[in-house]
Amino acid sequence: MHYLTDRKRAEGKGASGSGTEHFWGQAISAVGLLILMPLFALTFGSALGLPYEEAVAYYHRPFPAIIAAMTLVTAMVHFRHGIQVVIEDYSRGVTKKALVILSTALAYTTLAVGLYGLARIAF
Amino acid sequence: MVQFRLPKNSTIRTGKTWPKPAGATNIRKFQIYRWTPDDGENPRVDTYFVDMDTCGPMVLDALIKIKNEIDPTLTFRRSCREGICGSCAMNIDGINTLACIYGMDEVKGDVKIYPLPHMPVVRDLIPDLTHFYAQHASIMPWLETKTNRPAKEWKQSIEDRKKLDGLYECVMCASCSTSCPSYWWNGDRYLGPAALLHAYRWIIDSRDEATGERLDELEDPFKLYRCHTIMNCAKTCPKGLNPAKAIASIKKMMVERTL
Repeated sequence: MHYLTDRKRAEGKGASGSGTEHFWGQAISAVGLLILMPLFALTFGSALGLPYEEAVAYYHRPFPAIIAAMTLVTAMVHFRHGIQVVIEDYSRGVTKKALVILSTALAYTTLAVGLYGLARIAF
Repeated sequence: MVQFRLPKNSTIRTGKTWPKPAGATNIRKFQIYRWTPDDGENPRVDTYFVDMDTCGPMVLDALIKIKNEIDPTLTFRRSCREGICGSCAMNIDGINTLACIYGMDEVKGDVKIYPLPHMPVVRDLIPDLTHFYAQHASIMPWLETKTNRPAKEWKQSIEDRKKLDGLYECVMCASCSTSCPSYWWNGDRYLGPAALLHAYRWIIDSRDEATGERLDELEDPFKLYRCHTIMNCAKTCPKGLNPAKAIASIKKMMVERTL
């Protein structure tokens, strides 16, 4: 029980002064994925089902490797932005903070592992 | 976590079925949410039968008839009965709208009436809009000026005045905000479609000189950016307004001033 005025409850801690960067980052990565996903599907689809040596040789070429790397980076940036919004929507307090940390770690770990794998294939 | 189930003391039970009007041939069934804080009981849904031959065409007409002739304890807000005051906003047939301008011919089958969703209930069909109004007050819904000239009226071009169309008509009935899932989950921090539509109304007013401060006040992941463009607000608005478009315009201005 707190004796707070209605206005104080509505104002809360005031505006944080952030949010636009997150919103704009998510919008940019969404547009990026709109372009990259078809290219990724096209290149990955071409390599799908090839024998190991031929698939590796295919990803030695710059275009498929760069498209795969860009798709991975953009997808993980988009995931990190998007999942944070979902977590903020439905969770509270310590759970929220923990989930945001975990999802961010998951995004960057996936990114690092993916890029390492691609680098090994490409070089 | 967000609470997805109703607490035990809020689950709705079957209520009283009131007798049908004697001699009536054109009868319509109404199922209406009832709850009073006085008896400690759970909410219930009472069933009423209204003689449509002696009732006006709008849902509010039926509610007034029920209160006058069947059950005087039925409680709801109403005032202007022509969609201007916004008092009689409630959930009719699953849609948040104004009972005074919602025709009974628009409802198929029984007429089911509940208070605006996800708000604390004061009694029966009356939601507690205290926080909603405080949020509206927080966006400074008035003209802010810094210069003291002109000393007379501040002129506005026809083009600039047109920018307020689709915004100034909002009657603050809360139908939009209470239809928004984001407002349901985060209504304590998210301003909601109604307050944001009003915020935009003052942001784009050519006479207002506090545009920057207004945008600063909205620059927040919760106050503004909880809008996920679900569009329930635009779908339900009984005045045909589009709060989602106003919110998108605020977001656009936010991005424009950072680029």
